[in-house]
Amino acid sequence: MRIAGLQWWKWLSILLIVYTVWQGMLVQVPRLPILHETIRNLFFHVTMWFAMIILMVASIIYGVKYLRHGNILDDIKASSCIHTGIFVGILGLLTGSVWAKFTWGDWWVNDAKLNGAAATMLVYFAYLVLRSSIDDEQKRARIAAVYSIFAFTLMLVFIMILPRLTDSLHPGNGGNPGFSNYDLDSHMRTVFYPAIVGWSLLGAWITEIEYRLRKANHLRSNQ
Amino acid sequence: MLDAIITLTRKEFRLEWRQRSVLGGMLLYVISTVFICYLSMRRIVDQPTWNALFWIVQVFIAVNGIAKSFLQENRGRMLYYYTIADPRAMILSKIMYGLVLMTTLSIIHLGVYSILVGNPVQDFPMFLVAVLLGSLGLASVITMVSAIASKASNNVGLVSILGFPVLIPILMTTIRFSKSAMDGLGWFVAGKFALLLIGLNLLVSALAYLLFPYLWKD
Repeated sequence: MRIAGLQWWKWLSILLIVYTVWQGMLVQVPRLPILHETIRNLFFHVTMWFAMIILMVASIIYGVKYLRHGNILDDIKASSCIHTGIFVGILGLLTGSVWAKFTWGDWWVNDAKLNGAAATMLVYFAYLVLRSSIDDEQKRARIAAVYSIFAFTLMLVFIMILPRLTDSLHPGNGGNPGFSNYDLDSHMRTVFYPAIVGWSLLGAWITEIEYRLRKANHLRSNQ
Repeated sequence: MLDAIITLTRKEFRLEWRQRSVLGGMLLYVISTVFICYLSMRRIVDQPTWNALFWIVQVFIAVNGIAKSFLQENRGRMLYYYTIADPRAMILSKIMYGLVLMTTLSIIHLGVYSILVGNPVQDFPMFLVAVLLGSLGLASVITMVSAIASKASNNVGLVSILGFPVLIPILMTTIRFSKSAMDGLGWFVAGKFALLLIGLNLLVSALAYLLFPYLWKD
């Protein structure tokens, strides 16, 4: 369904992001020690990781689809997801770094979640190196799909489990109270959940633009 | 299937035994690396440093020793295997071989390292379990990455670029596990790391088993 030439979910994304930025600055937040007003970064930092994980899972799914059916368009989708994932991941690192500076006192702290994020970024870049080292299109697609499924599945398990086993400065781990307990009150929820959807949809939108561009190039070069 | 795996694994060992100079080379690599550690650090009193250095050397031993498992196979021989063997038996046999090789090298490494740099481990049996599980993880990941890299542009550099980020989950779990063994914290504390490590190893092997057939056909 299109509204004024734009698909409905793109309008939804614009709407939710405008709402997030506007309400994110204005919504009533709990007064917490150390965090204070920086808690508003929740709407911009945590949501980036949500978007990144969603894009990562999408790239795994498209990788599996490519291996099953051998359609090169699936490979273009998967690698577009990864490009957007890198972009969103870098934004997540930057917003997280700023937040860490003003709450934990340093731009980078030794923390299970931060290390997991850094490792994930390394896998992303290794994926790019792997792709650039193979010339043949079908071969590149197949090997990149195998590597991305192999590496990202391991990463997902890792960043889901290890922080839960060790102490972390992040909320919800090792004796730190989670946001879900009482910090994330009902006011913040009204912004947090729309923010997740909004930023994820924006990620999908960016991915779609890159996908369409590369698909057009692909079709033209095959003519 | 099981027969195929056993036959292929035996073939790997026979090949290795015929090239004894390579085996000796790897042994020399282990000893000289540890000797460099000894010369630069003497006795390491600080426990986290001892542990970290041990595992860093382990990673390099794994990359050096196992990266060749696919890189050494030439095109013609791969084509020959393709006609006679199941790809899944192939990857499992390579992992098996990598596991045995890595375990042997790890034990030697641990021995030489203990003699030269010192051994502050309190719970030695648990540390051995950590070394075994960690070696299995290193071996299976590097074997799979070596298979991927051999399809790209045959170079060892690509193995480390692709492999190191994937190794981080296993390595970080192993380092925590072996650190608790060094401190003698007991299974109550370290058990969860052991379980996670076993789980990660199973996951790696399962992924290799499922994905390798796609890598195989050219």
